[in-house]
Amino acid sequence: MSKYDVSSEGFYGRFGGAYIPEMLYPNVENLKKIYLEILNSEKFKSQYKQLMKDYVGRPTPLFYAEKLSSIYSTHVFLKREDLAHTGAHKINNAIGQVLIAKEMGKTRIIAETGAGQHGVATATACALLGMECHVYMGEVDIERQAPNVARMRMLGAEVVPAKSGNKTLKDATNEALRDWISNPEDTFYVIGSTVGPFPYPDLVARLQSIISEEMRWQLKEQTGKELPDYVIACIGGGSNAAGSFYHFVNDEQVKLVAVEAAGHGLDSGDTAASIARGSEGIIHGARTMLMQTDDGQIIEPYSISAGLDYPGIGPMHSFLAEVGRETVLSATDDEALQAALQLTREEGIIPALESSHALAALPKLKFRSDENVVVTISGRGDKDMATYINHLKL
Amino acid sequence: MKNRLDNILESKKDLLSIYVMAGYPQRNDLMTILRGLEKAGVDFVEVGMPFSDPLADGPVIQDAGNAALDNGMSIKELFAQIKEMRKEITMPVLLMGYINPVMHYGIEKFAADAHSVGVDGLIIPDLPFDTYVKKYKALFDANELHFIPLIAPQTPDERIKHIDAQAEGFIYTVASAGITGNIKTSEDYRTQYFERIRNLHLRNKTVIGFGIKDHASYTHACSHADGAIIGTAFIKHLKENGAREEAVGKFVKSIR
Repeated sequence: MSKYDVSSEGFYGRFGGAYIPEMLYPNVENLKKIYLEILNSEKFKSQYKQLMKDYVGRPTPLFYAEKLSSIYSTHVFLKREDLAHTGAHKINNAIGQVLIAKEMGKTRIIAETGAGQHGVATATACALLGMECHVYMGEVDIERQAPNVARMRMLGAEVVPAKSGNKTLKDATNEALRDWISNPEDTFYVIGSTVGPFPYPDLVARLQSIISEEMRWQLKEQTGKELPDYVIACIGGGSNAAGSFYHFVNDEQVKLVAVEAAGHGLDSGDTAASIARGSEGIIHGARTMLMQTDDGQIIEPYSISAGLDYPGIGPMHSFLAEVGRETVLSATDDEALQAALQLTREEGIIPALESSHALAALPKLKFRSDENVVVTISGRGDKDMATYINHLKL
Repeated sequence: MKNRLDNILESKKDLLSIYVMAGYPQRNDLMTILRGLEKAGVDFVEVGMPFSDPLADGPVIQDAGNAALDNGMSIKELFAQIKEMRKEITMPVLLMGYINPVMHYGIEKFAADAHSVGVDGLIIPDLPFDTYVKKYKALFDANELHFIPLIAPQTPDERIKHIDAQAEGFIYTVASAGITGNIKTSEDYRTQYFERIRNLHLRNKTVIGFGIKDHASYTHACSHADGAIIGTAFIKHLKENGAREEAVGKFVKSIR
């Protein structure tokens, strides 16, 4: 047990926990009791491993980016989660959770989605594994993300518009939780990030930890050294960062860098930087850093990237940031756009806007020429073409 | 400890409680509404503290909460209104809301202020019962505030007994798996569930909420428990009729 591990009650330091209504208690308690047993069972491990390999296409490559390395005078490696099936790391988690749901005898899957990536991943896993799927999505996001809505529908999922509040990701999450409260018997809630009540943050982190598991042996293969000097990932809810950091967190010499979305700027009032500009509170069942008013009302965050505009942050990141184990930086919309353009022109990879925030940290850090820096490209940019066309005048 | 709520629970049968949203329909309507409810013989009232993300509530109460927030409602303002109201209203007042605004206000200060303005109990659905027992029971007790726990159809018997053993005031029985204003289950199913609870012979009284909307559902609830709470149906009534004392009285009469 390391000092960074989650406690048996679901806390990372004072962050995390399960602040849920009694109506959800039996479901969450049941999952808490059984998730480790299932994850560690031979049956789950072999099913998951095989699907990760033959269906998702893992291991995703660790690519040595020669031109970026020369620009930043160091060794830059890209962890290519964008090459995973459905175009982002989200599938690692969705397949794992749907397998767990099946093992628990559940027949109905619900999920929340913002930009639609987690919704598409869950709809995909449900199509593959033969489960009924309902994805909650804010009404505003449904309009903004039409291609992903169509993908989910084509995959056989029902896309349920969340009409409450601001009609975006946090409202979709509220609606999904309400559905779970109303359908406790047959339904499993597949949460898309390291957020929500315990055990979800830990469950999602474990399912995403395959990212750093691969990084270790891939780095060893390519450089002879298992440990990088830096791992850099973006954080919205924090799942790709959790997966990228997971197997390095106890290797203190590895610098972990999480990059939040600053939106128009940290002090612009339009930001999604929950650690830099939020305060401690409780959202969707977890105590964590979040964007809120002086009266404790949750604020709708802003970022150009739909995958980063969650008002909270995974509780483990609040904790790792507080104890100094992870360094939290931020990147503005413009910095992310420039980083996306740079990666595209130099390496021929169009990254998701979320991942572009991680890339935007490169010019902000001082590297030595012999250091190995891994940046997680959490997803591909196809879904963001409309934004790129608009802002980069393509 | 014994407060206004205990006195009512001991002396009254077929309890009727009404839920109102602070700051709704207008910012200063609470006084008028409570006056109407007290005159009409309501036993105790739950005052909702508006929250941007009310997980356990349906669209009607969430919309009322958003309207209240737009009206500038806050915990601080609510305490001022309750203090003023206590000059004439004697029925027990419970506050119902979510943990984040309470934590942000400062839970020690919240408990002390609630006590000093005349609040008798708290219903905070997302403050888990075991966390309350471990961390906040002493604080709430010191401020003579009952923490009202919820139970639902999916709550196992053992868990209900565990809650009953440590709860004070009453147990809020959520009528069906669901959120406020939403009843999906059949009456048979609910009857079975209410009887299951009755057969546990709990030491606390049970009051049924969620889905109680008229005379029939109130009477049905009272035949299986110690009373009922009406929320969504009353908020709808306020939306349609405004906060008029007379209309409020008429609504209560239609229930009893």
